[in-house]
Amino acid sequence: MKLKGAQILIQALKQEGVKVIFGYPGGAVIDIYDELYRENIKHVLVRHEQGAVHAADGYARVTGQVGCVLVTSGPGAANTVTGIATAYMDSIPLVVLTGQVPTALIGTDAFQEVDIVGITRPCTKHNFLVKRIEDLGKTIHEAFHIARSGRPGPVLVDLPKDVMQATGDYEPVSFPDHAPKSSPVPSQIFYIKDLIAQSRRPVLLTGGGVILGRASEELRRLARRTMIPVTSTLMGIGAFPGSDSLWLGMPGMHGTYYANMAISHCDLLIAVGCRFDDRVTGKVDHFAPEAKIVHIDIDPSSINKNVIADVPIVGDCKAILKAINDLLEKDNFTVKEEERTEWLRQIDTWKTENPLSYCQSDEVIKPQFVIQKLYELTRGKAIITTEVGQNQMWAAQFYLFDEPNTFVTSGGLGTMGYGFPAAIGVQIAFPDRLVVDIAGDGSIQMNIQEMATAIQEMLPIKIVILNNGYLGMVRQWQQLFYEKRYSQTDMTYQPDFVKLAEAYGFMGLRATKPEEVEPVLKKGLSHPGPVLMDFRVAREECVYPMVRPGAPIHEMTLGSREMTN
Amino acid sequence: MEKKEYTLSLLVNNKPDVLARVAGVLGGRGYNIETLCVDATLDPRYSKIVLTTIQDKSTINKIEKQLIKLHDVHKVTDITDTGAVSRELLLVRMKLTEKNKADIALIINSFNGRVVTMNGDHCVIEITGEKEFLERAIESLKPLGIEDSARTGIVALERY
Ligand SMILES: Cc1ncc(C[n+]2csc(CCOP(=O)(O)OP(=O)(O)O)c2C)c(N)n1
Repeated sequence: MKLKGAQILIQALKQEGVKVIFGYPGGAVIDIYDELYRENIKHVLVRHEQGAVHAADGYARVTGQVGCVLVTSGPGAANTVTGIATAYMDSIPLVVLTGQVPTALIGTDAFQEVDIVGITRPCTKHNFLVKRIEDLGKTIHEAFHIARSGRPGPVLVDLPKDVMQATGDYEPVSFPDHAPKSSPVPSQIFYIKDLIAQSRRPVLLTGGGVILGRASEELRRLARRTMIPVTSTLMGIGAFPGSDSLWLGMPGMHGTYYANMAISHCDLLIAVGCRFDDRVTGKVDHFAPEAKIVHIDIDPSSINKNVIADVPIVGDCKAILKAINDLLEKDNFTVKEEERTEWLRQIDTWKTENPLSYCQSDEVIKPQFVIQKLYELTRGKAIITTEVGQNQMWAAQFYLFDEPNTFVTSGGLGTMGYGFPAAIGVQIAFPDRLVVDIAGDGSIQMNIQEMATAIQEMLPIKIVILNNGYLGMVRQWQQLFYEKRYSQTDMTYQPDFVKLAEAYGFMGLRATKPEEVEPVLKKGLSHPGPVLMDFRVAREECVYPMVRPGAPIHEMTLGSREMTN
Repeated sequence: MEKKEYTLSLLVNNKPDVLARVAGVLGGRGYNIETLCVDATLDPRYSKIVLTTIQDKSTINKIEKQLIKLHDVHKVTDITDTGAVSRELLLVRMKLTEKNKADIALIINSFNGRVVTMNGDHCVIEITGEKEFLERAIESLKPLGIEDSARTGIVALERY
């Protein structure tokens, strides 16, 4: 049966199991929207295309499915770039469908033409321009396959208008996993077992790969059996329970004292699904100086990129962790108490010497206090998205996550304006979960227009603004490294967030004193609809510990004991 | 680490944009491509790209890993120091005078070159060989007045 291009596209999306599309229409995709009008695929109409990509990204992060975006050519396509780059840096599977001018006009500077394939070449896993209707169905299936296989990532498909209008045949194609999951090499697994057995000061360092690879259970099994403490990069938070006594918190620039000390003193570092970002390693030459480093990652190009591994293992981290666990189980491997006590006691000492802390105040709201209260009141059960800056770091430090896929944040790119639209995607995926965006007053204004989307979709998202009237994280650097020259970081001029929220149809709440924090949170969190909570927090609070850029991670400024206000 | 010229041979899809993706992997990281040769293989669905770049060993390893990640790249081989046969073609245009004619003829002869075309008082010479061989040829021709020249960049093929 002959189908129109737009129909083939929709059939292919259905075949791929797409349940929701985040998008924004325009001339180049009007034929696709005309098909959607007849079809029963859900479409979420955002208010800015960047929001569509972040929403699809949030959806993908919590469901593990490929997020799908549809936008028009030219400005619509160009507006997706930040979202695509965000997903690319965090290895999130997306398929972004962009309209394009008719094939005959490509390259003529036609109205609303941009070379989006060229623009996104370095920030997509792969991208396609579909020039012939015969290639359409296959290309869509291939795009989904690429997005989800191996190390996932965003794939863009550029769809010229005439191809959407042409007629052709459609045959569903399925792509076998052409890179079959190589099974773990037994000798390597034995070797790791030996290393674990010999080690007196081991640490597990996990990253986003553990979450993407759904290896959380195997990680827990391994850590508990071997009594190895676990630290995790920002992207890996949630894979290991934040309430477990083996949990060290996040390492690196704003990592905990004890995570950084543990890495700096360990004799074995088992790194799983992480890529040794400079925010994690600090000065690379001083990173884990005494350790044998085992690096397990699905992407060969991550290995030996920033840190040289003694034992590099390329493969699916779940399969590899499982193989290690199975071997340990088969051998009835147990750690003798006395082999770990010294190390665990040392870590406990570090924990009590310098816990995560801040100076509570009776007069001003401390941002960390808001997060702690939020954690208590939600009993750690919320799905948290974040914006970028201090708010993001405090969320990572003071909210404890017990499950994977419950902390949704832009790690690699650090995109302000990510958290709120991402929360939309999360809430669409899980209508019954409590979804909270922890925001700064700067970041929230980058995609605040999406409040209209949340209202239209009746999503009960809660926004918590830690409002310091500054671009706080940049201000912090100016305070610490630029003698308090607060160049262009004062954002005292801001809308009345409560009124703005109400104008969109949100409930708007504000707290200005510490004693108002709990009542406002209680009221906001228990409201069945969307709520924006504006917490006026201490203006010049800093995130600590802090490792100066370029310094080794054991050299931390702790700061927490001094009053900053 | 010590830098030197590496030769990579890539088997890629013969499609638009593939060269840009390959070039982007190097260019996007600030690495220069010294020479580049591309043509379809016997199977027209694929092309072979031979490129050279000056790097240290660890950087070349990273580049290889990034290249093989490209969806259109099927194979990346570092054929530096493998004894692969490598050749380059040089074209040189010279202005002929009564004075230089004889010397040019001699040089062409000693480099196994040939005159491709002769137009009035201009001639274009072709010489093939390894990189250093061509450099020597250029040095010899220079004093006799090179008007312009072009080189293909290296093509290379493994011996087995
Ligand atoms: C799109 C974008 N622009 C600029 C930056 C640089 N930047 C990083 S943190 C930050 C300040 C964020 O301020 P705010 O959202 O108020 O959060 P706070 O740090 O005060 O919690 C800025 C400007 C960024 N990360 N993203």
